[in-house]
Amino acid sequence: MKKTILFIVLGIALTNGVFAQRYLTKTGSVSFFSKAPLENLEAHNSQVNSALDLKTGDFVFKVLMKSFEFEKALMQEHFNENYVESDKYPNATFKGKVVNIGQLDLTKNGSYNAEVEGDLTIHGITRPVKETGTFEVKDGKVNGKSKFTILLADYNISVPAPVVDNIAKEIEITVDVMLEKVAE
Amino acid sequence: MPTPRSLFIACLFICMFPFHAIPQDDLMDLLADDEAEKTEYAYATFKTTRIVIGHSVENPAPGVMLFLISHHFGHINEGAYEFFGLDQATIRLGFEYGITNRLSVGIGRSSLEKTFDGFAKYKILRQSSGKRSVPVTMTLFSSVALTSLKWSDPERTNYFSSRLAYTFQLLIARKFSDRISIQLTPSLIHKNLVETAEDHNDIFTLGAGGRYKFTKRTSLNVEYHYVFGNQITQPYDHSLSVGFDIETGGHVFQVFMTNSNPLFERGFLTETVGKWGKGDIYLGFNISRAFTIVKPKSFRE
Repeated sequence: MKKTILFIVLGIALTNGVFAQRYLTKTGSVSFFSKAPLENLEAHNSQVNSALDLKTGDFVFKVLMKSFEFEKALMQEHFNENYVESDKYPNATFKGKVVNIGQLDLTKNGSYNAEVEGDLTIHGITRPVKETGTFEVKDGKVNGKSKFTILLADYNISVPAPVVDNIAKEIEITVDVMLEKVAE
Repeated sequence: MPTPRSLFIACLFICMFPFHAIPQDDLMDLLADDEAEKTEYAYATFKTTRIVIGHSVENPAPGVMLFLISHHFGHINEGAYEFFGLDQATIRLGFEYGITNRLSVGIGRSSLEKTFDGFAKYKILRQSSGKRSVPVTMTLFSSVALTSLKWSDPERTNYFSSRLAYTFQLLIARKFSDRISIQLTPSLIHKNLVETAEDHNDIFTLGAGGRYKFTKRTSLNVEYHYVFGNQITQPYDHSLSVGFDIETGGHVFQVFMTNSNPLFERGFLTETVGKWGKGDIYLGFNISRAFTIVKPKSFRE
């Protein structure tokens, strides 16, 4: 009888341990950069939420728009109020998959090239995206990195004529998330 | 007493439960759990630190210096000879600086009565929603105005303190929506020297103002200050100003009309003499320009 109970306890512990393969961060970073004739703009956000499932390859991001920090306070206010309308659309999200997850063994240290595909939602507009990035695995932590560009027009973000030389049409986005295993 | 067989089945079920249930739920849910823990603060209740000529609850951001040029012409009812007031001008130049999220200070100099003024502004309450919900933003404002005109009667004993007047305001504002913000402004003005013995040294007024945004970058602003009766023996009227804000990048440009000649608190609150009905209206404009003096942490070298 006691053996059976021990077996149950061991069984539960083992199953939970073996199948814990979801990785999470709430302090990931996303930056963007705009290179325009009159000025360069840059903003950082280091409170990005992201999660990755090593088994299914599911990969998600949630970015609180108000957490972007700019060099000038006024830029930040205009970003939230005039461009991305943070009160209406508080978050940008990505919901997708690491397509080649089957070929990656992210439980082992090393550097891996990843192909990521999914839906990117900014300013209430969802678009399919397909980008590449890297995963660097060290001591059980997975560091996901990627750099890609988006077009403001794709997300219905309009730049008025007087500042058209201050803001680029194409924005470069840099993602850097240090994912850690979720304790279940 | 459960049989070993039923225990074994139960064990199977329990073991299978985490295997099936957890990977199947949405990964996005993992990111959503602390939404209720967050507090969202209202921002940009007004575009600048002024509604029209009176202060709004806004402060410059920490490390940001604002340079303000406030300017208006003479009465538009002065006729063609005075080019409808455009021959004259009254101006105030000012600097404001944000020390923290809540505290800012400023100085200014008005051409009217050669007045210097200085102020401090402290946000005691911030409108917010979420974990901590506060319906209004409240700011304490205190200023001193110093008139540096030569003494009108140098023969008598003149005290420096006679040049000074103080204003204390409690600014209470709520951003109702993207477009509409409303502010109430009770004020107390203390003048060290008044014209006659019947004039009160302490004068109470109550102001109300607001803005309506037409587009993302333009808004209509209105500001009115009511002076309670039996405090002032000189002729006076209540200050009413209407302004139109246009925002372009680092500048906010405001065209306004007002019946107040002075552009500092003691003056426009208690020494407004113009009457809207008679056409004693001053056409003016304000320009504010923001300079970043101290960059946010992540942008420092």
